[in-house]
Amino acid sequence: MSRQSNRTTDSKKMNSELFTLTYGALVTQLCKDYENDEEVNKQLDKMGYNIGVRLIEDFLARSSVGRCQDFRETADVIAKVAFKMYLGITPSVTNWSPAGDEFSLILESNPLVDFVELPDNHSSLVYSNLLCGVLRGALEMVQMAVDVKFAQDTLRGDNVTEIRMKFIKRIEENLPAGDE
Amino acid sequence: MADDVLFEFLHMEMVSHIYKDQASRGEMDKDRATCVSTLEGMGFRVGQGLIERFTKDSPSFKDDLDVMKFICKDFWINVFRKQIDNLRTNHQGTYVLQDNKFALLTQFSSGKQYLEEAPKYLAYSCGLVRGALSNLGMDCVVTAEISLMASCKFQVVIQKI
Repeated sequence: MSRQSNRTTDSKKMNSELFTLTYGALVTQLCKDYENDEEVNKQLDKMGYNIGVRLIEDFLARSSVGRCQDFRETADVIAKVAFKMYLGITPSVTNWSPAGDEFSLILESNPLVDFVELPDNHSSLVYSNLLCGVLRGALEMVQMAVDVKFAQDTLRGDNVTEIRMKFIKRIEENLPAGDE
Repeated sequence: MADDVLFEFLHMEMVSHIYKDQASRGEMDKDRATCVSTLEGMGFRVGQGLIERFTKDSPSFKDDLDVMKFICKDFWINVFRKQIDNLRTNHQGTYVLQDNKFALLTQFSSGKQYLEEAPKYLAYSCGLVRGALSNLGMDCVVTAEISLMASCKFQVVIQKI
Protein backbone atom coordinates (compact mmCIF):
# COMPACT_ATOMS: atom_id res chain seq x y z
CA MET A 1 0.00 0.00 0.00
CA SER A 2 1.90 3.05 -1.08
CA ARG A 3 1.63 6.02 1.15
CA GLN A 4 0.24 9.17 -0.46
CA SER A 5 2.84 11.88 -0.17
CA ASN A 6 2.99 15.21 -1.94
CA ARG A 7 4.89 14.82 -5.16
CA THR A 8 7.56 17.42 -5.52
CA THR A 9 10.50 17.19 -7.85
CA ASP A 10 12.78 17.85 -4.94
CA SER A 11 15.86 15.87 -5.76
CA LYS A 12 16.57 15.13 -2.13
CA LYS A 13 13.26 13.38 -1.88
CA MET A 14 13.96 11.42 -5.04
CA ASN A 15 17.24 10.37 -3.57
CA SER A 16 15.58 9.01 -0.46
CA GLU A 17 13.36 6.93 -2.71
CA LEU A 18 16.43 5.49 -4.36
CA PHE A 19 17.70 4.43 -0.96
CA THR A 20 14.34 3.09 0.19
CA LEU A 21 13.75 1.12 -3.01
CA THR A 22 17.30 -0.22 -3.02
CA TYR A 23 16.89 -1.38 0.56
CA GLY A 24 13.66 -3.10 -0.42
CA ALA A 25 15.36 -4.88 -3.30
CA LEU A 26 18.10 -5.98 -0.92
CA VAL A 27 15.69 -7.44 1.64
CA THR A 28 13.79 -9.19 -1.13
CA GLN A 29 17.01 -10.71 -2.46
CA LEU A 30 18.04 -11.85 1.03
CA CYS A 31 14.65 -13.48 1.54
CA LYS A 32 15.19 -15.36 -1.68
CA ASP A 33 18.70 -16.44 -0.75
CA TYR A 34 18.04 -17.54 2.82
CA GLU A 35 15.45 -20.03 3.95
CA ASN A 36 14.19 -18.39 7.08
CA ASP A 37 13.55 -14.95 8.49
CA GLU A 38 15.99 -15.38 11.37
CA GLU A 39 18.84 -15.82 8.93
CA VAL A 40 17.77 -12.75 6.98
CA ASN A 41 17.61 -10.74 10.20
CA LYS A 42 21.14 -11.84 11.03
CA GLN A 43 22.44 -10.90 7.59
CA LEU A 44 20.80 -7.51 7.76
CA ASP A 45 22.37 -6.92 11.14
CA LYS A 46 25.79 -7.95 9.85
CA MET A 47 25.54 -5.73 6.81
CA GLY A 48 24.34 -2.89 8.98
CA TYR A 49 27.34 -3.39 11.23
CA ASN A 50 29.72 -3.14 8.26
CA ILE A 51 28.02 0.06 7.17
CA GLY A 52 27.98 1.48 10.69
CA VAL A 53 31.71 1.15 11.25
CA ARG A 54 32.25 3.35 8.19
CA LEU A 55 29.29 5.64 8.61
CA ILE A 56 30.55 6.85 11.99
CA GLU A 57 33.55 8.45 10.30
CA ASP A 58 31.33 10.20 7.83
CA PHE A 59 29.12 11.35 10.69
CA LEU A 60 31.99 12.68 12.78
CA ALA A 61 33.39 14.47 9.76
CA ARG A 62 30.11 16.18 8.95
CA SER A 63 28.87 17.08 12.38
CA SER A 64 30.92 18.93 14.92
CA VAL A 65 29.92 16.92 17.95
CA GLY A 66 32.69 16.25 20.39
CA ARG A 67 33.06 13.30 22.70
CA CYS A 68 29.89 12.48 24.60
CA GLN A 69 30.19 12.64 28.37
CA ASP A 70 27.66 9.91 29.12
CA PHE A 71 25.10 7.61 27.60
CA ARG A 72 22.35 10.20 27.85
CA GLU A 73 24.31 12.58 25.68
CA THR A 74 24.98 9.75 23.24
CA ALA A 75 21.26 9.10 23.01
CA ASP A 76 20.56 12.75 22.26
CA VAL A 77 23.22 12.94 19.59
CA ILE A 78 21.91 9.79 17.92
CA ALA A 79 18.34 11.01 17.90
CA LYS A 80 18.75 14.70 17.22
CA VAL A 81 21.84 14.81 15.01
CA ALA A 82 22.50 11.45 13.38
CA PHE A 83 18.97 10.36 12.55
CA LYS A 84 18.16 13.87 11.36
CA MET A 85 21.23 14.04 9.18
CA TYR A 86 20.83 10.70 7.47
CA LEU A 87 17.17 9.87 7.53
CA GLY A 88 15.58 13.27 8.01
CA ILE A 89 13.62 12.20 11.08
CA THR A 90 14.07 12.97 14.76
CA PRO A 91 13.03 10.09 16.96
CA SER A 92 12.23 10.82 20.58
CA VAL A 93 14.33 9.40 23.39
CA THR A 94 12.23 7.82 26.14
CA ASN A 95 11.84 4.91 28.54
CA TRP A 96 15.13 5.28 30.33
CA SER A 97 15.92 2.39 32.62
CA PRO A 98 16.52 3.34 36.29
CA ALA A 99 20.23 2.61 35.90
CA GLY A 100 20.42 4.93 32.91
CA ASP A 101 21.90 2.27 30.66
CA GLU A 102 18.94 1.51 28.46
CA PHE A 103 16.60 3.71 26.44
CA SER A 104 14.15 3.65 23.57
CA LEU A 105 14.08 5.59 20.34
CA ILE A 106 10.52 6.12 19.19
CA LEU A 107 10.18 6.73 15.46
CA GLU A 108 6.86 8.15 14.37
CA SER A 109 7.72 7.32 10.79
CA ASN A 110 10.37 5.07 9.32
CA PRO A 111 11.60 6.10 5.87
CA LEU A 112 12.86 2.58 5.18
CA VAL A 113 9.36 1.19 5.12
CA ASP A 114 7.77 3.57 2.63
CA PHE A 115 5.89 1.44 0.11
CA VAL A 116 6.43 -1.71 2.19
CA GLU A 117 4.03 -4.36 3.37
CA LEU A 118 5.10 -7.58 5.02
CA PRO A 119 3.49 -10.69 3.56
CA ASP A 120 2.06 -13.23 6.00
CA ASN A 121 4.76 -15.80 5.50
CA HIS A 122 7.44 -13.41 6.76
CA SER A 123 5.95 -12.51 10.10
CA SER A 124 9.22 -12.80 12.01
CA LEU A 125 11.22 -10.70 9.60
CA VAL A 126 12.63 -7.57 11.17
CA TYR A 127 12.61 -5.54 7.99
CA SER A 128 14.64 -2.59 9.24
CA ASN A 129 17.20 -4.68 11.09
CA LEU A 130 19.96 -2.98 9.11
CA LEU A 131 19.46 0.03 11.39
CA CYS A 132 20.30 -2.04 14.47
CA GLY A 133 23.54 -3.17 12.90
CA VAL A 134 24.43 0.36 11.84
CA LEU A 135 23.94 1.72 15.36
CA ARG A 136 25.87 -1.15 16.88
CA GLY A 137 28.78 -0.82 14.46
CA ALA A 138 28.98 2.94 14.71
CA LEU A 139 29.00 2.95 18.51
CA GLU A 140 31.59 0.21 18.65
CA MET A 141 33.95 2.49 16.78
CA VAL A 142 33.57 5.05 19.53
CA GLN A 143 34.34 2.51 22.21
CA MET A 144 30.81 1.59 23.23
CA ALA A 145 29.44 -1.94 23.13
CA VAL A 146 25.67 -1.79 22.83
CA ASP A 147 22.81 -4.11 22.19
CA VAL A 148 20.22 -2.78 19.75
CA LYS A 149 16.93 -4.30 18.80
CA PHE A 150 13.46 -3.45 17.63
CA ALA A 151 10.85 -3.50 20.36
CA GLN A 152 7.96 -2.36 18.19
CA ASP A 153 7.54 -2.22 14.43
CA THR A 154 4.80 -0.50 12.42
CA LEU A 155 5.19 -3.18 9.75
CA ARG A 156 4.06 -5.77 12.27
CA GLY A 157 1.03 -3.85 13.36
CA ASP A 158 2.38 -1.67 16.17
CA ASN A 159 1.54 2.02 16.30
CA VAL A 160 5.11 3.23 16.36
CA THR A 161 8.54 1.89 15.66
CA GLU A 162 10.60 1.51 18.80
CA ILE A 163 14.30 0.74 18.91
CA ARG A 164 15.64 -0.34 22.29
CA MET A 165 19.30 0.41 22.96
CA LYS A 166 21.22 -1.03 25.89
CA PHE A 167 24.69 -0.05 26.95
CA ILE A 168 26.79 -3.12 27.67
CA LYS A 169 30.25 -1.84 28.38
CA ARG A 170 32.95 0.57 27.42
CA ILE A 171 35.45 -0.99 25.03
CA GLU A 172 38.98 -0.42 26.27
CA GLU A 173 41.44 0.63 23.63
CA ASN A 174 44.07 -2.06 23.43
CA LEU A 175 47.54 -0.68 23.11
CA PRO A 176 50.03 -3.03 21.51
CA ALA A 177 52.37 -4.58 24.04
CA GLY A 178 55.59 -2.67 24.55
CA ASP A 179 54.13 0.72 23.70
CA GLU A 180 55.00 3.42 26.22
CA MET B 1 15.34 12.69 3.18
CA ALA B 2 18.08 10.12 3.17
CA ASP B 3 21.47 11.49 2.61
CA ASP B 4 23.22 10.50 -0.64
CA VAL B 5 25.96 8.92 1.34
CA LEU B 6 23.60 6.32 2.79
CA PHE B 7 22.88 4.97 -0.67
CA GLU B 8 26.57 4.79 -1.48
CA PHE B 9 27.32 2.87 1.71
CA LEU B 10 24.40 0.55 1.17
CA HIS B 11 25.45 -0.09 -2.43
CA MET B 12 29.04 -0.86 -1.38
CA GLU B 13 27.85 -3.27 1.26
CA MET B 14 25.40 -4.93 -1.14
CA VAL B 15 28.13 -5.61 -3.69
CA SER B 16 30.45 -6.91 -0.98
CA HIS B 17 27.76 -9.16 0.46
CA ILE B 18 26.63 -10.65 -2.85
CA TYR B 19 30.19 -11.57 -3.76
CA LYS B 20 31.07 -12.93 -0.32
CA ASP B 21 27.87 -14.91 -0.30
CA GLN B 22 28.50 -16.54 -3.67
CA ALA B 23 32.02 -17.46 -2.61
CA SER B 24 30.88 -19.03 0.65
CA ARG B 25 28.24 -21.12 -1.01
CA GLY B 26 31.14 -23.14 -2.36
CA GLU B 27 29.94 -23.33 -5.92
CA MET B 28 33.01 -22.03 -7.56
CA ASP B 29 31.67 -22.34 -11.06
CA LYS B 30 28.93 -19.93 -10.08
CA ASP B 31 31.28 -17.07 -10.57
CA ARG B 32 31.11 -13.37 -11.24
CA ALA B 33 28.40 -13.77 -13.84
CA THR B 34 25.80 -14.79 -11.26
CA CYS B 35 26.79 -12.00 -8.92
CA VAL B 36 26.57 -9.49 -11.70
CA SER B 37 23.16 -10.72 -12.79
CA THR B 38 21.88 -10.71 -9.20
CA LEU B 39 22.94 -7.10 -8.76
CA GLU B 40 21.61 -6.20 -12.18
CA GLY B 41 18.28 -7.80 -11.36
CA MET B 42 17.98 -5.78 -8.17
CA GLY B 43 18.76 -2.60 -10.07
CA PHE B 44 16.18 -3.51 -12.68
CA ARG B 45 13.29 -3.62 -10.22
CA VAL B 46 14.39 -0.45 -8.49
CA GLY B 47 14.79 1.32 -11.83
CA GLN B 48 11.26 0.37 -12.80
CA GLY B 49 9.89 1.75 -9.57
CA LEU B 50 11.94 4.93 -9.68
CA ILE B 51 11.01 5.86 -13.22
CA GLU B 52 7.33 5.52 -12.36
CA ARG B 53 7.76 8.01 -9.53
CA PHE B 54 9.75 10.44 -11.65
CA THR B 55 7.50 10.52 -14.68
CA LYS B 56 4.10 10.24 -13.02
CA ASP B 57 3.05 13.71 -13.98
CA SER B 58 5.12 14.39 -17.07
CA PRO B 59 3.81 14.11 -20.63
CA SER B 60 4.79 11.11 -22.70
CA PHE B 61 7.99 11.14 -24.69
CA LYS B 62 8.12 11.87 -28.40
CA ASP B 63 10.59 9.17 -29.39
CA ASP B 64 13.49 7.05 -28.21
CA LEU B 65 15.96 9.89 -28.41
CA ASP B 66 13.73 11.98 -26.19
CA VAL B 67 13.65 9.17 -23.66
CA MET B 68 17.43 8.86 -23.73
CA LYS B 69 17.83 12.58 -23.21
CA PHE B 70 15.55 12.36 -20.19
CA ILE B 71 17.66 9.54 -18.82
CA CYS B 72 20.83 11.54 -19.40
CA LYS B 73 19.53 14.67 -17.75
CA ASP B 74 16.70 14.37 -15.23
CA PHE B 75 17.08 10.71 -14.32
CA TRP B 76 20.85 10.88 -13.92
CA ILE B 77 20.64 14.09 -11.89
CA ASN B 78 18.09 12.62 -9.54
CA VAL B 79 19.93 9.37 -9.06
CA PHE B 80 23.60 10.28 -9.42
CA ARG B 81 23.49 14.00 -8.74
CA LYS B 82 24.90 15.06 -12.09
CA GLN B 83 24.12 14.81 -15.78
CA ILE B 84 25.59 12.43 -18.28
CA ASP B 85 28.56 14.17 -19.86
CA ASN B 86 28.25 12.80 -23.36
CA LEU B 87 25.55 10.99 -25.32
CA ARG B 88 26.32 9.36 -28.63
CA THR B 89 24.10 7.34 -30.91
CA ASN B 90 24.21 5.62 -34.23
CA HIS B 91 20.54 6.48 -34.75
CA GLN B 92 19.89 2.80 -35.15
CA GLY B 93 19.06 1.86 -31.59
CA THR B 94 22.45 2.01 -29.93
CA TYR B 95 23.29 4.75 -27.44
CA VAL B 96 26.45 5.34 -25.47
CA LEU B 97 26.17 7.38 -22.29
CA GLN B 98 29.44 8.64 -20.93
CA ASP B 99 29.84 9.77 -17.37
CA ASN B 100 33.29 11.18 -16.63
CA LYS B 101 32.94 11.15 -12.90
CA PHE B 102 30.52 8.39 -12.02
CA ALA B 103 29.16 8.94 -8.53
CA LEU B 104 29.62 5.35 -7.39
CA LEU B 105 33.25 5.19 -8.50
CA THR B 106 34.63 8.44 -7.14
CA GLN B 107 35.74 6.76 -3.91
CA PHE B 108 38.07 4.40 -5.76
CA SER B 109 41.67 5.45 -6.07
CA SER B 110 42.60 6.39 -9.59
CA GLY B 111 45.07 4.36 -11.53
CA LYS B 112 44.89 0.87 -12.91
CA GLN B 113 44.91 -1.01 -9.64
CA TYR B 114 41.18 -1.42 -9.17
CA LEU B 115 39.95 -1.29 -12.75
CA GLU B 116 39.26 -5.00 -12.65
CA GLU B 117 37.00 -4.68 -9.64
CA ALA B 118 35.08 -1.70 -10.96
CA PRO B 119 32.52 -3.60 -13.08
CA LYS B 120 31.06 -5.09 -9.88
CA TYR B 121 30.05 -1.59 -8.90
CA LEU B 122 28.45 -0.84 -12.23
CA ALA B 123 26.13 -3.84 -12.42
CA TYR B 124 23.46 -2.35 -10.19
CA SER B 125 23.43 0.90 -12.14
CA CYS B 126 23.10 -0.96 -15.44
CA GLY B 127 20.04 -2.61 -13.97
CA LEU B 128 18.68 0.77 -12.90
CA VAL B 129 18.91 2.08 -16.44
CA ARG B 130 17.48 -1.09 -17.96
CA GLY B 131 14.56 -1.05 -15.52
CA ALA B 132 13.83 2.60 -16.15
CA LEU B 133 13.84 2.14 -19.91
CA SER B 134 11.77 -1.00 -19.67
CA ASN B 135 8.97 0.84 -17.92
CA LEU B 136 9.14 3.56 -20.55
CA GLY B 137 8.44 0.94 -23.16
CA MET B 138 11.97 0.33 -24.38
CA ASP B 139 13.39 -3.15 -24.01
CA CYS B 140 17.11 -3.01 -24.11
CA VAL B 141 20.40 -4.45 -23.04
CA VAL B 142 22.62 -2.22 -20.91
CA THR B 143 26.30 -2.86 -20.41
CA ALA B 144 29.00 -0.72 -18.91
CA GLU B 145 32.66 -0.45 -19.51
CA ILE B 146 35.39 1.47 -17.85
CA SER B 147 38.83 2.32 -19.12
CA LEU B 148 39.85 5.06 -16.72
CA MET B 149 38.79 5.17 -13.09
CA ALA B 150 35.59 7.09 -12.41
CA SER B 151 34.90 7.59 -16.09
CA CYS B 152 32.58 4.98 -17.54
CA LYS B 153 30.42 4.37 -20.56
CA PHE B 154 26.98 2.80 -20.45
CA GLN B 155 25.97 1.21 -23.71
CA VAL B 156 22.24 0.85 -24.36
CA VAL B 157 21.16 -1.35 -27.22
CA ILE B 158 17.46 -1.28 -27.94
CA GLN B 159 15.99 -4.64 -28.73
CA LYS B 160 13.83 -4.53 -31.79
CA ILE B 161 11.14 -7.16 -31.58
